[in-house]
Amino acid sequence: MSAEKIKICEDLYDIMPPEYQDIVENATYGKEGRGWKDIGESKELIEQHSLCAGCPESIAFRYILASLPAPEDTVFVGSTGCTSLVFPMVAVHNIHSLFGNQNAIATGLKRALMVRHPDKVKDVVVLAGDGATVDIGLDMTMQSWFRQEKFTTICFDNELYANTGGQESGLMQKGFVSKMAPVGKLFDKVRLPEIAREAGCHYVVMMTSSKPNRVEKAIRNAVHVAREIGPTYIQIYTPCILEIGKQSMEGLDEMKDSEGIGGRFTYKEYVTDAAAALIKEMDDAEKAAKKAAREKAKAAAKA
Amino acid sequence: MDLYKVSPGPESFLPPAAAKMGNVLPDPGQGHIGGTIVPEEEAMEMAARKFLEGKVPTIFPGPLVLWHWNEKAAKKAKAIRALADAGPFRLIPMADYRPKYPKINPEVEINPNHPNLTIWHNEIDVCIFVGVHCHQANLSLKIIRGGTDCYTMAMCAQAGHEDACLSFRDATVEKIERLTWWVNKLKAEGVKSQAKEFTQFKHIPKWREAEGN
Repeated sequence: MSAEKIKICEDLYDIMPPEYQDIVENATYGKEGRGWKDIGESKELIEQHSLCAGCPESIAFRYILASLPAPEDTVFVGSTGCTSLVFPMVAVHNIHSLFGNQNAIATGLKRALMVRHPDKVKDVVVLAGDGATVDIGLDMTMQSWFRQEKFTTICFDNELYANTGGQESGLMQKGFVSKMAPVGKLFDKVRLPEIAREAGCHYVVMMTSSKPNRVEKAIRNAVHVAREIGPTYIQIYTPCILEIGKQSMEGLDEMKDSEGIGGRFTYKEYVTDAAAALIKEMDDAEKAAKKAAREKAKAAAKA
Repeated sequence: MDLYKVSPGPESFLPPAAAKMGNVLPDPGQGHIGGTIVPEEEAMEMAARKFLEGKVPTIFPGPLVLWHWNEKAAKKAKAIRALADAGPFRLIPMADYRPKYPKINPEVEINPNHPNLTIWHNEIDVCIFVGVHCHQANLSLKIIRGGTDCYTMAMCAQAGHEDACLSFRDATVEKIERLTWWVNKLKAEGVKSQAKEFTQFKHIPKWREAEGN
């Protein structure tokens, strides 16, 4: 797949439904410097979503899709959960795996893509919920990190099994009582970011999706570090507003409340030296490009 | 064992797979009509005749010919357009296979998961699939035979489809053009198209109109 292949045959162009024409003409495939600010201006890579009204996962999805460095050369691997309901609406290649197997599938996929397309960069991104990542799929998740597989793992952490009624997950906070876990969680939230660091991830971030800039930077860094160095992990708090008894407009407040100092989702980042050097290099290149563009614009204005 | 006749439905909620009933796929140079293996030219003539007899003959181009994967896909798209113009036959695209919930616009597209909606809405009585991946075509063909009386045909780039009422295989650009030739030949011999008048849905973005396309 490449941006060139996301084109409609000219002879049948006029019979294609308008949303397909729109995505070909106005989406950001192949665009340098794409990011969350394209949302609302360019055609988004997510047509619609089947999540609940006000679900923070839907906005996290938007930010992530808008932040991928090369969506036309990216394959998502998903797993059962709320996220899997959205993938049919997403204009990026994706594979649905058996519950918990996502990192094993991604391993095979990434290796196959490297053999099949040795001269191209193909990104693989795992996106799964906390049940798939931390409970049922923890073995596959960690083994892929031990093996230094070069792909990014994103966990949408809503702290429970949302679409089956609110069962307790490993990432649920201690003492929390949910509809299907009436006794309350008896042990602490699993510290997966720390586990990821110790298991060999080169770039680890824990955050909420309340700040698009931050999500964009984390996704960009994670994908590039995974390409060049090794596994990366991002854990994003996307609260299930239904299961924690909130209204649809309260998701953002919930995320903001939980990321304050001492909160469960205070921004946390672990970066290895190699990853830090790569990120610095990218940042410097970006700054230089912006500076050059500004100077070019100034020169053009003078002329 | 008697041959299982693959005729227009509605057969049942889920018709049996023709392969399970003992029907076999045509060899190169052959096609099948209702499950009976025939020479390819005979299947082509029958396909052209069925299309001209139909009240709402419709071509369903799939992703393999709608998207510009390579130059061959573009050439096939051109040949399909020429076939549609030869009738004229209606074109309704199957742009991808995702389950389009909560709604699909059956006037402008067909979805393999609910092809019957498009058939019912437009009262399509003859259709042909081209450029649809085999597993999705099989799914659609069975659903259509299950719930509608549409005569289904499949122009397959691989080995043909036993679940279509008529199918031929190895559909190259030349074979699509051959079918167009058969349509034109029958018309020249006096076979008149029975198609109802229709307006092909077209979506031309404003910027393209401005360019004069």
